[in-house]
Amino acid sequence: MIEVDVLVVGGGPAGMNAALAVADAGATVLLVDRFYKLGGQLVKQTHKFFGWADRGAGTRGFHLAEDLAQKVKSHPNIRLLMGHELIGAYADGTYIAATWDAHVKIKAKKAIMCTGAAERMITFENNDLPGVMGAGAVQTLMNEYGVMPGQRYLIVGSGNVGVILAYQLLQAGAQVDAIVDVLPKLGGAYWVHAAKVQRLGVPLLLRRTITGVYGDGRVEKAVTVAVDERFEPVPGTEMEHHVDVVALAVGLMPLADVFQAAGVKTVYVPELGGFVPWHDELGHTTCPDIYVAEDAGGIEEATTASLGGTLAGLTAAKELGYPVDEKAVEQYLKSLESFRDSSLSQKVKEGLNKLRSGEHA
Amino acid sequence: MRRITEHPILEFPERKVITFYFEGKPLTAYEGDTVASALISNGIQAFRESIELHRPRGMFCAIGNCSSCLMVVNGVPNVRTCVTPVEEGMTVERQLNRGVMP
Repeated sequence: MIEVDVLVVGGGPAGMNAALAVADAGATVLLVDRFYKLGGQLVKQTHKFFGWADRGAGTRGFHLAEDLAQKVKSHPNIRLLMGHELIGAYADGTYIAATWDAHVKIKAKKAIMCTGAAERMITFENNDLPGVMGAGAVQTLMNEYGVMPGQRYLIVGSGNVGVILAYQLLQAGAQVDAIVDVLPKLGGAYWVHAAKVQRLGVPLLLRRTITGVYGDGRVEKAVTVAVDERFEPVPGTEMEHHVDVVALAVGLMPLADVFQAAGVKTVYVPELGGFVPWHDELGHTTCPDIYVAEDAGGIEEATTASLGGTLAGLTAAKELGYPVDEKAVEQYLKSLESFRDSSLSQKVKEGLNKLRSGEHA
Repeated sequence: MRRITEHPILEFPERKVITFYFEGKPLTAYEGDTVASALISNGIQAFRESIELHRPRGMFCAIGNCSSCLMVVNGVPNVRTCVTPVEEGMTVERQLNRGVMP
């Protein structure tokens, strides 16, 4: 059995920052991640981040991941348990992490869950055919392993993920057939990224969706169709795309299972991506010993995940009786607020308001 | 189905070459690959069959979450190949059923 002050689940930007905040305050931390390497989804981000310099603005995601991982690995108060998945959470602060044939019992006074999110699937004919992948999966293969799963790509969804993927594919020398989006305007992508991709010749086909993929054992062709104001397909507008990979960038959903298993109240908030644990700005959930940081608490991006992780870590440390710089907490809360002032964060703000002002408040 | 050799931002330095076996056939991968990235770099996309309709399934999420990439690795079924590092001499097979524990 491993006994620690704080268990952190997830080694992405939120989890690593949470672990560092707790450990810097003087408490002991066990960080568990199901992958064998730290970094979460930061490791595949090749673009430079917006935001503040102290949260990595101007730095490429994978460099941020390396820096954070180095700090976590060398911190005397942090112990790592990689390649283990959290499979049990009990009311007395006992947790079970497991590999396929072994398990570890953990006793922790507090737990910070930074489980992140998973990509959504949408329905279309043969959507289980090999070659249909999450956009993030394509990024992982390409940017982390240097493996291109195909020659020509169709991207479904013009949010941040879809548009950045298109640019990264072009950088890696692949062909991008098109980005389609069912909505009449660009999704949640930064305009500067979208303009860049279109300048490089990638058509952005709005009011259009995918109806099917076809091929012998793997994707050889995709079909899209235009939709009307009511999102109904318009007959006669079908287009064939000769692609071997379809990357779905149709949104993410928070990984909330672990909260439900632990008895934390979860609430369905579409603006935050689905079921999320009820939580406040400091990461408190409805269980006094369990905390959360984005994206598990709502789909945003790496900067807010990193700030949220730090805040949850400082809160947990403080509530364990360790000294915490209150001014720093105020400053992080202000940073979070001003980051969310961007028009791209309107939806998240609405979602958080709903979560916190509803009957669950 | 190729390896990136030149990239404006990323570097992919030479790594140790590994031999592993897919359905008995030797394939090469690089140290640091997952089983899934190693297979895809060899042009293999169909990792398993769905349990009811036996439709081919490949990698979808790459974060160990969706179970689309489960295979039989070193005789163990239901291994999430997208988060499992490939190792020298490893045997990898398509999974055609729910899997039988060794």
